[in-house]
Amino acid sequence: MIAIVNGEMEEIDGNPSILELLAIKNVERPDMVSVELNGVILKRNEFGSVKLNENDAIEFLYFMGGGFN
Amino acid sequence: MILSRDIFESIFEQAEREAPVEACGYCAGTEGRVVKHYPMINVEGRDDHFSIDPKEQFAVYKAVREEGFQIIGVYHSHPASPARPSAEDIKLAYDPTVVYVIVSLMDRINTIRGFRIVKGRIEEEPVIIEGS
Repeated sequence: MIAIVNGEMEEIDGNPSILELLAIKNVERPDMVSVELNGVILKRNEFGSVKLNENDAIEFLYFMGGGFN
Repeated sequence: MILSRDIFESIFEQAEREAPVEACGYCAGTEGRVVKHYPMINVEGRDDHFSIDPKEQFAVYKAVREEGFQIIGVYHSHPASPARPSAEDIKLAYDPTVVYVIVSLMDRINTIRGFRIVKGRIEEEPVIIEGS
Protein backbone atom coordinates (compact mmCIF):
# COMPACT_ATOMS: atom_id res chain seq x y z
CA MET A 1 0.00 0.00 0.00
CA ILE A 2 0.97 3.64 -0.32
CA ALA A 3 1.47 5.89 2.70
CA ILE A 4 3.18 9.23 3.22
CA VAL A 5 5.97 8.83 5.75
CA ASN A 6 7.59 12.02 6.98
CA GLY A 7 6.42 13.77 3.84
CA GLU A 8 7.63 11.10 1.41
CA MET A 9 5.28 8.80 -0.48
CA GLU A 10 6.30 5.22 0.21
CA GLU A 11 5.23 1.72 -0.77
CA ILE A 12 4.75 -0.33 2.38
CA ASP A 13 4.08 -4.06 2.61
CA GLY A 14 0.82 -5.04 4.29
CA ASN A 15 -0.71 -2.72 6.82
CA PRO A 16 1.71 -2.68 9.73
CA SER A 17 1.01 -1.28 13.15
CA ILE A 18 2.75 1.96 14.02
CA LEU A 19 5.16 -0.03 16.18
CA GLU A 20 5.95 -2.35 13.27
CA LEU A 21 6.47 0.60 10.94
CA LEU A 22 8.90 2.18 13.39
CA ALA A 23 10.82 -1.11 13.47
CA ILE A 24 10.92 -1.12 9.65
CA LYS A 25 12.34 2.38 9.88
CA ASN A 26 15.06 1.14 12.25
CA VAL A 27 13.76 3.16 15.19
CA GLU A 28 15.39 1.43 18.13
CA ARG A 29 13.61 3.38 20.85
CA PRO A 30 9.94 3.74 19.84
CA ASP A 31 9.24 4.74 23.43
CA MET A 32 11.17 7.94 22.74
CA VAL A 33 9.41 8.80 19.52
CA SER A 34 6.35 10.95 18.91
CA VAL A 35 4.00 9.92 16.13
CA GLU A 36 1.44 11.99 14.30
CA LEU A 37 -1.06 10.06 12.17
CA ASN A 38 -3.18 12.10 9.78
CA GLY A 39 -2.60 15.19 11.87
CA VAL A 40 -3.35 13.60 15.25
CA ILE A 41 -0.60 12.87 17.77
CA LEU A 42 -0.91 9.31 19.05
CA LYS A 43 -0.36 8.13 22.59
CA ARG A 44 2.59 5.79 22.85
CA ASN A 45 0.38 3.01 24.22
CA GLU A 46 -1.50 3.11 20.91
CA PHE A 47 1.53 2.34 18.75
CA GLY A 48 0.99 -1.42 18.91
CA SER A 49 -2.72 -1.38 18.20
CA VAL A 50 -3.14 1.37 15.59
CA LYS A 51 -2.58 0.14 12.04
CA LEU A 52 -1.36 2.10 9.08
CA ASN A 53 -3.88 2.26 6.24
CA GLU A 54 -3.74 3.16 2.57
CA ASN A 55 -2.94 6.84 1.97
CA ASP A 56 -2.30 7.58 5.64
CA ALA A 57 0.13 10.38 6.40
CA ILE A 58 2.42 9.49 9.27
CA GLU A 59 5.12 11.63 10.83
CA PHE A 60 7.52 10.51 13.50
CA LEU A 61 10.33 12.27 15.32
CA TYR A 62 12.47 11.77 18.35
CA PHE A 63 11.92 13.23 21.78
CA MET A 64 14.15 16.25 22.15
CA GLY A 65 15.42 17.22 25.55
CA GLY A 66 18.32 17.21 27.94
CA GLY A 67 19.67 18.63 31.13
CA PHE A 68 21.49 17.89 34.30
CA ASN A 69 18.77 16.05 36.20
CA MET B 1 28.28 22.61 10.66
CA ILE B 2 28.44 26.09 9.18
CA LEU B 3 26.29 28.99 10.30
CA SER B 4 26.25 32.67 9.57
CA ARG B 5 27.27 35.25 12.12
CA ASP B 6 23.67 36.55 12.11
CA ILE B 7 22.30 33.14 13.14
CA PHE B 8 25.08 32.67 15.67
CA GLU B 9 24.31 36.02 17.28
CA SER B 10 20.57 35.41 17.19
CA ILE B 11 20.97 32.09 19.02
CA PHE B 12 23.03 33.77 21.73
CA GLU B 13 20.53 36.63 22.01
CA GLN B 14 17.82 34.04 22.61
CA ALA B 15 19.99 32.23 25.17
CA GLU B 16 20.71 35.48 27.03
CA ARG B 17 17.08 36.59 26.86
CA GLU B 18 15.80 33.30 28.26
CA ALA B 19 18.52 32.79 30.87
CA PRO B 20 18.57 31.41 33.48
CA VAL B 21 16.14 29.05 31.73
CA GLU B 22 17.78 26.80 29.14
CA ALA B 23 16.92 28.04 25.65
CA CYS B 24 16.47 25.61 22.77
CA GLY B 25 15.73 25.42 19.07
CA TYR B 26 16.39 23.77 15.74
CA CYS B 27 18.85 24.49 12.94
CA ALA B 28 17.57 23.89 9.43
CA GLY B 29 19.62 23.68 6.29
CA THR B 30 21.31 21.30 3.94
CA GLU B 31 24.70 19.64 3.59
CA GLY B 32 25.90 20.91 6.93
CA ARG B 33 25.07 24.55 6.26
CA VAL B 34 22.46 26.17 8.49
CA VAL B 35 20.17 28.53 6.59
CA LYS B 36 17.62 29.23 9.29
CA HIS B 37 17.12 28.59 12.97
CA TYR B 38 13.89 28.05 14.83
CA PRO B 39 13.77 29.11 18.47
CA MET B 40 11.58 26.65 20.38
CA ILE B 41 9.86 26.81 23.73
CA ASN B 42 11.50 24.97 26.60
CA VAL B 43 8.29 23.52 27.98
CA GLU B 44 10.04 22.67 31.23
CA GLY B 45 11.00 26.29 31.85
CA ARG B 46 13.92 25.15 33.94
CA ASP B 47 17.53 26.25 34.29
CA ASP B 48 18.84 22.68 34.30
CA HIS B 49 16.65 20.90 31.77
CA PHE B 50 14.87 21.39 28.49
CA SER B 51 12.36 19.59 26.35
CA ILE B 52 10.30 20.56 23.32
CA ASP B 53 6.58 20.01 22.87
CA PRO B 54 6.06 17.39 20.11
CA LYS B 55 3.29 19.53 18.62
CA GLU B 56 5.79 22.35 18.09
CA GLN B 57 8.37 19.87 16.81
CA PHE B 58 6.01 18.51 14.15
CA ALA B 59 5.06 22.02 13.03
CA VAL B 60 8.70 23.02 12.57
CA TYR B 61 9.68 19.80 10.81
CA LYS B 62 6.87 20.30 8.29
CA ALA B 63 7.70 23.97 7.76
CA VAL B 64 11.36 23.15 7.18
CA ARG B 65 10.48 20.40 4.72
CA GLU B 66 8.18 22.72 2.78
CA GLU B 67 11.08 25.12 2.39
CA GLY B 68 13.19 22.35 0.92
CA PHE B 69 15.53 21.94 3.87
CA GLN B 70 16.09 19.45 6.67
CA ILE B 71 16.57 19.72 10.39
CA ILE B 72 20.32 19.32 10.71
CA GLY B 73 20.84 20.42 14.29
CA VAL B 74 19.20 21.01 17.62
CA TYR B 75 20.62 23.54 20.05
CA HIS B 76 20.18 24.30 23.68
CA SER B 77 21.91 26.62 26.08
CA HIS B 78 23.89 25.96 29.21
CA PRO B 79 23.42 29.27 31.04
CA ALA B 80 25.97 28.54 33.73
CA SER B 81 27.89 25.47 32.63
CA PRO B 82 30.33 24.59 29.83
CA ALA B 83 29.42 23.87 26.21
CA ARG B 84 29.66 20.14 26.50
CA PRO B 85 26.94 17.52 26.76
CA SER B 86 25.93 16.57 30.27
CA ALA B 87 25.27 12.95 31.19
CA GLU B 88 21.55 13.66 30.78
CA ASP B 89 22.15 15.29 27.37
CA ILE B 90 23.95 12.13 26.25
CA LYS B 91 21.32 9.81 27.69
CA LEU B 92 18.51 11.69 25.96
CA ALA B 93 20.24 12.05 22.58
CA TYR B 94 18.15 9.62 20.53
CA ASP B 95 18.33 11.23 17.11
CA PRO B 96 21.42 10.09 15.19
CA THR B 97 20.68 12.43 12.27
CA VAL B 98 21.24 15.77 13.99
CA VAL B 99 24.16 17.73 15.40
CA TYR B 100 23.59 18.50 19.07
CA VAL B 101 24.69 22.10 19.47
CA ILE B 102 25.35 23.51 22.92
CA VAL B 103 25.82 27.19 23.59
CA SER B 104 27.30 28.23 26.88
CA LEU B 105 26.99 31.60 28.59
CA MET B 106 29.24 30.58 31.47
CA ASP B 107 31.42 33.36 32.87
CA ARG B 108 29.90 35.74 30.29
CA ILE B 109 31.91 34.05 27.55
CA ASN B 110 29.81 32.89 24.60
CA THR B 111 30.89 29.45 23.47
CA ILE B 112 29.28 27.19 20.88
CA ARG B 113 30.14 23.56 20.16
CA GLY B 114 28.51 20.79 18.20
CA PHE B 115 28.41 17.04 18.79
CA ARG B 116 27.17 13.91 17.11
CA ILE B 117 25.86 11.62 19.80
CA VAL B 118 24.97 8.09 18.77
CA LYS B 119 24.22 5.42 21.36
CA GLY B 120 26.21 7.29 23.96
CA ARG B 121 29.24 7.78 21.75
CA ILE B 122 30.18 11.42 21.32
CA GLU B 123 32.04 12.92 18.43
CA GLU B 124 32.66 16.64 18.21
CA GLU B 125 31.37 18.30 15.06
CA PRO B 126 33.14 21.60 14.42
CA VAL B 127 30.86 24.62 14.31
CA ILE B 128 32.16 27.18 11.85
CA ILE B 129 30.85 30.74 12.04
CA GLU B 130 30.98 32.41 8.66
CA GLY B 131 32.39 35.88 8.71
CA SER B 132 34.56 35.22 11.75
